Amino acid sequence: MLLLALIAVSSASWAEDGSRLKLATTTSLYDTELLDTLDQKFQDEYGVRVDSVSGGTGIAIQYGERGDVDLIIIHDKARELKFVKDGHGLQRRCFAYNYFYIVSPKDDPAGITGLNATQAFAKIREEGLKNPDKVKFVSRGDNSGTHTKEQSLWKGAGFNYSAINNSTNHWYLETGTGMGATLVMTNEKSAYTLTDMSTFMAYKGNLSLVPLIQGGKELLNIYVAIAMNPAKHQGANCTLANKLINFLVSDKGQALIANFGKEKYGQPLFFAARGNCTKIGCSEDECAVPTNASCSAANNAAAEIR
Amino acid sequence: MNEILAGLIRAIELIVTLDPEVVGVTSRTLTISLSSTFLGALINLPLGGLIYFRSFRGKGLFIHLIQTLYSLPTVIVGLLIFLLISRSGPLGFLGLMFTPGGMILGQTVLVTPILMGLTISSLEGVSRQVRETAISLGANEYQAIMTVIKEARQAIMAAVLLGFGRAISEVGVAMMIGGNIRGYTRVLTAAIALNTSMGDIELSLALGIILISLSLIVNLLLGLFRVGIRGPGGIMVPKGR
Repeated sequence: MLLLALIAVSSASWAEDGSRLKLATTTSLYDTELLDTLDQKFQDEYGVRVDSVSGGTGIAIQYGERGDVDLIIIHDKARELKFVKDGHGLQRRCFAYNYFYIVSPKDDPAGITGLNATQAFAKIREEGLKNPDKVKFVSRGDNSGTHTKEQSLWKGAGFNYSAINNSTNHWYLETGTGMGATLVMTNEKSAYTLTDMSTFMAYKGNLSLVPLIQGGKELLNIYVAIAMNPAKHQGANCTLANKLINFLVSDKGQALIANFGKEKYGQPLFFAARGNCTKIGCSEDECAVPTNASCSAANNAAAEIR
Repeated sequence: MNEILAGLIRAIELIVTLDPEVVGVTSRTLTISLSSTFLGALINLPLGGLIYFRSFRGKGLFIHLIQTLYSLPTVIVGLLIFLLISRSGPLGFLGLMFTPGGMILGQTVLVTPILMGLTISSLEGVSRQVRETAISLGANEYQAIMTVIKEARQAIMAAVLLGFGRAISEVGVAMMIGGNIRGYTRVLTAAIALNTSMGDIELSLALGIILISLSLIVNLLLGLFRVGIRGPGGIMVPKGR
């Protein structure tokens, strides 16, 4: 143990310094390289490097709760609200959105074309039970925001998730990996999956999958940034985290988001939150406005007690 | 087959053009793995020697335990170190999570059983007569120990090389402690895992080829060093007893 501490101290010289910001992000922003673009612009403007750790919403929240990052970007409203309510995070800020797609091989073996999302899920299950060799559904199975959305769609279709996510269901496969890897697997298996629009666009070139069901309110996908609460996590760099959030919701940040990928993919991968607050159901005071959270630990502790 | 060929061509391209991203990842990989192997050797070679030359209760059991840990899965080391250095862990105040320093710590722990255990076996491989002869020739205990270590240096070197191999090829610590941050904690193995998951098989293959070449170069350099201390043909041959 002593030795361990010794190594730890000696390697502490390699540890972080003040001009780096640690961000845990959902995989879609990372895999599409939107975050790279934003980080680069942010670095140009403020001279701060953003270190992005990519994982699902589930692991991003874990890192946040343990205080290993300065801010998180996730897409799962219920868990966002809980994260702030538990005092881990300061304020939610919606800054971008897009839609989930249900994608499948071109021949659509379950015949879901024309249905809405929940109807499609019911149909995939029905056909999958009948013929699991032909109709398969691939799930992220990793507690990510997309996985949560998938579970809520199964619920919306009238099924208990434990009855779906069941080892006797040979038509239902869980990958436990990011969106990109899940799409690659869906492609290999000629299966169906739920994906966010941006990752699908970025991977489309390598896949023979097509989006069968897109758009619609139940498939909305809203990205939110939350800075860590310094009252709960002393190490968190709240000032820089707020700076990055304010950059994301600034005119410049919003324009970067709205235009990202237009050239490469022929259509944007994300939409800016500003101006679409009602549409995406994000309240005015949380939607694309700068954060006014104080970074003073004392203030936040007081707020927490109240 | 075409994919493999394309990977090979891509690897050569990336090396010849000194692609900055690849050069960065490669030199980072080398720095981190060499540092942890060096640190590990610094701690474990003397410790292994100490354990071999001293007798204490439960020594046999202890050595068995170390040897069991040879197969310590990298993800378990990753998990343990994560719990230790995460901000809410006991060493959280050091701020090592998601840093190269944290990765070095993790890899050092990872190579510890191999370095310590193989040091002990290397010393065991030296005939008892060497020590006894040294003592009968008037060496004190310290000198006798040094003589035995000198005899075992080939095997110890092989242990260090094996430790380096384990450090450079692991992915558990790199992903869980480093977080695979581009330009900061991304090493070759993590980059390969990432690019494969992103469907860029060619680049993954190219990085894999670079990784293997790197090991080869380190091996050859150490081989040269061995030739230097032993004369040509610095290959380990079992000693006749």
